[in-house]
Amino acid sequence: MSTVDRLAPFQEIRERFGFWKRSYAMLIKEFIQLKRDRVSFAMIVMLPVMQLMLFGYAINTTPHNLPSAVLLQEDSDLARSILKALENTAYFRFLYEVHDVDDFDNLLKSGKVLFGVEIPRGFERAVRRGDRPALLVAADATDPVAASAAIGSLGMVVQTALKHDLYIGDPPEMPFEIRAHARYNPAAASSLNIVPGLVGTILTMTMLIFTALSVTREVERGTMESLLSMPIKPVEVMFGKIIPYVLVGFVQAFLIIGIGVGLFGVPVLGNLFLLALLSTLFITTNLSIGYTISTLVQNQLQAMQMSMMFFLPSILLSGFMFPFAGMPAWAQYFGECLPLTHYLRIVRAIMLKGATMQNLRFDALALAVLMLLAMTIAVTRFRRTLD
Amino acid sequence: MNGGNGIAIDVKGLTKSFGGREVVHDLSMQVKRGSIYGFLGPNGSGKTTTIRILCGLLTPDSGEGTCLGFDIRRDAEKIKRQVGYMTQRFSLYQDLSVRENLEFVARLYGLADARGAARDMIKRLGLSGREEQLAGELSGGWKQRLALGACTLPSPKLLLLDEPTAGVDPKARRDFWNEIHALAADGLTVLVSTHYMDEAERCHEIAYIAYGHLLTHGTVEEVIAGSALSTYTVTGDDLNELTAALTGKPGIDMVAPFGTSLHVSGRDVAALEASIAPWRDKSGLQWHKSSPSLEDVFIELMSRSKDNFQ
Repeated sequence: MSTVDRLAPFQEIRERFGFWKRSYAMLIKEFIQLKRDRVSFAMIVMLPVMQLMLFGYAINTTPHNLPSAVLLQEDSDLARSILKALENTAYFRFLYEVHDVDDFDNLLKSGKVLFGVEIPRGFERAVRRGDRPALLVAADATDPVAASAAIGSLGMVVQTALKHDLYIGDPPEMPFEIRAHARYNPAAASSLNIVPGLVGTILTMTMLIFTALSVTREVERGTMESLLSMPIKPVEVMFGKIIPYVLVGFVQAFLIIGIGVGLFGVPVLGNLFLLALLSTLFITTNLSIGYTISTLVQNQLQAMQMSMMFFLPSILLSGFMFPFAGMPAWAQYFGECLPLTHYLRIVRAIMLKGATMQNLRFDALALAVLMLLAMTIAVTRFRRTLD
Repeated sequence: MNGGNGIAIDVKGLTKSFGGREVVHDLSMQVKRGSIYGFLGPNGSGKTTTIRILCGLLTPDSGEGTCLGFDIRRDAEKIKRQVGYMTQRFSLYQDLSVRENLEFVARLYGLADARGAARDMIKRLGLSGREEQLAGELSGGWKQRLALGACTLPSPKLLLLDEPTAGVDPKARRDFWNEIHALAADGLTVLVSTHYMDEAERCHEIAYIAYGHLLTHGTVEEVIAGSALSTYTVTGDDLNELTAALTGKPGIDMVAPFGTSLHVSGRDVAALEASIAPWRDKSGLQWHKSSPSLEDVFIELMSRSKDNFQ
C-alpha cells in the first residue's frame, strides 16, 4: 500500500505530461493532414471571403433598376413625364414599351419584367380636368419583398418628381391616383414566394450531394479500379449514376409541392405536366453538376465542401433569399449561370402565374445548356485510367 | 494477330514513372497462351504497375506491345473485354450481395443471361446458400473466391491476378491454386503476382522484378540454374555465432537461417569455399553442398539489385 501511495504523485506527473505529449502528437498530425488536403485548405479561406463578398456587395434588399414595362394607351407629354419620374427614382428601368394588353401580360408572366405601368387612354385630359384618373401599376408579387418596397415608395416619389414638371405651385394633392395591383400574390403572402423557392433549393442541395459523392465513393472504396478494368465507357457510368436520382428528385419535388399546396395553400395555376417536365430538367442539371464535382475532387470530404461552395451562391444569388433585381449587374450575370436562378423563375411562374412553355423558353434553354455543359466537363474529366 | 503463335502477352521496353520516380524500367516480357506466369518481386517493385499497364488501366510512358494480340496503347477497350483483372485490394461492392455483384459484372460485359451466369458461378464457387450475403461480410478466403469468380465470369482469355492470396489461409490458398490450374488447363492464360515461394513453384514460368527492372525469368529450374549461386547448408550448434562470423566475408553473398539450418551462398565458389574453410572441420557443424532454393536466388537477386539501382 505504502509503495503505491509513494509512487502515485510521480505517476500523476508522468500522466499529465503524457496528456500534452499525446495531444501535441495528434495536433501535429492534423496540421500535416490539413496542409496536404489542398481543397480543405482553400475552403478555409474561400468560404468566409465568399460569404462576406456576397452578403456585403451582392445582397441588397432594396431593389433598384427593376425591369419594367409600360403599356402606353396614350402617348402624351404627361405620360412621358411620369415615366421619366419613375425612372428617376432608380427603382424602375423601362425595358419595354407596348401598346397591347396581351403583350403586357406576357412580359409579366414570363418574368421579363417585374413591374408594369399602364397609362390609360385619355389620361392626360382627365388629369387636366381634375378627374383624378387612375394610373395602373402592376407588380409581380411572386417576390413580395421586391414588389412591396417599390409599391410603397411609388406615391411619394412620383409626386415629388412631378412637382417641377407639371405644375407651377403646389397642387393640394396628387392630380391622379396610383392604383397598384400586386399580381399573382395579392395578399403578399411570403409562403407563396418561399414554397416554390424551396422546391428549387432543396432539390439543389440533395441532388448535388447525391452525385457529388458518387465517383469519389468508388475511388475511396477501391471499387473504381475494377470498374475501370471492365468494358464500360465514361458516359455509361455517368448515365448509370444520374438516372436513379432523377427519380428520387422527382419524388422529392412532388412531395414538396404537395405539402406546399396542401398545407400552405400555394396554387398551381399552370400546367402540371409542364412543371414536371421542367423540374426533371432542373433535377438532371443539378445531378450533372454534382457528378462533375465528383470527377474533379479527390475524396468525399472535398466533394461535400465543393457542393457547399456551389450551394451557397445558389441560395444567395438566385433570387431565393433576396430579390434578384436588387443585385448589382455582376452578381446578376453570375446568378444567370446558376440553374437555381432559372428554375426559381420557372417554378414561380408556373405555380403562381400560370405561365406556359412559351413564357419560359429562355430559362428552360438555359437549364439545358448548363446541363450539357456539366455533362461534357464530367465526361472529359472522368479518368479512364489510373494515371 | 498474335493468336496463331500462342503468345498472350508480348511487351517491349515498358517504362512508367510517377512524379519523377521510375516505377517500371524498360520491361520486356512474353507470356505463352495457356500458361501460368508468376510475377515475383519485393513490395514496390512495379508488379502492380506492370499489371495495370497490361490491362489498360495505366498508359506506359514508353514501350509498346500487345496483349491477346491487341495493342496495349490503342486497343485498351478491346483488351478489357477479354481480360479478367483481380485487384490486390477487394474491389467488388461491399454493400451488394454475392449474387448482385456477379450479376452486375455479367451485365456490364453484356452476357445474354446475366442471372443465369451469376447462378452458375455461385454454384461453381461453392457459394450456394450465401448468394444473398453482402460481399463485405464474407471472410477473406470467400471474398477472394468471389473476386476470382467475378473476373472469370465473362470467360476472359487472360487473367491478371494481383497478389490474389495475400492474407488467405493455406487451405484456401491451395484450393485457389487448384482452381487456377484447372482454368489454365482450359486454355486460359494467367499472370499472377505473389510473394510466396511455394506459389512461385506452382507456376509454369516465373519472372522476378525489383525496382522496376525485370531481373530474371524462365521456369523455376532455369531461374535457379541461371543464378550460378553456390549454397552450403549447415546444421549444428552455435549457428548464431557462425552467422555473425561469416556475414560480410569475401565470397559470401548471403547467410540465411532456415529453422535449425543455415544457408550460406555466394556466386564466387572459390572465394566462398576459402571463407568457410576455417569452419568446415569445426566439431558440431555438419556442412553439405546443396542447390539454392528459389528464395535464396530471389533474396540474392534483391540484395544485388539494391546495390545496382538504388
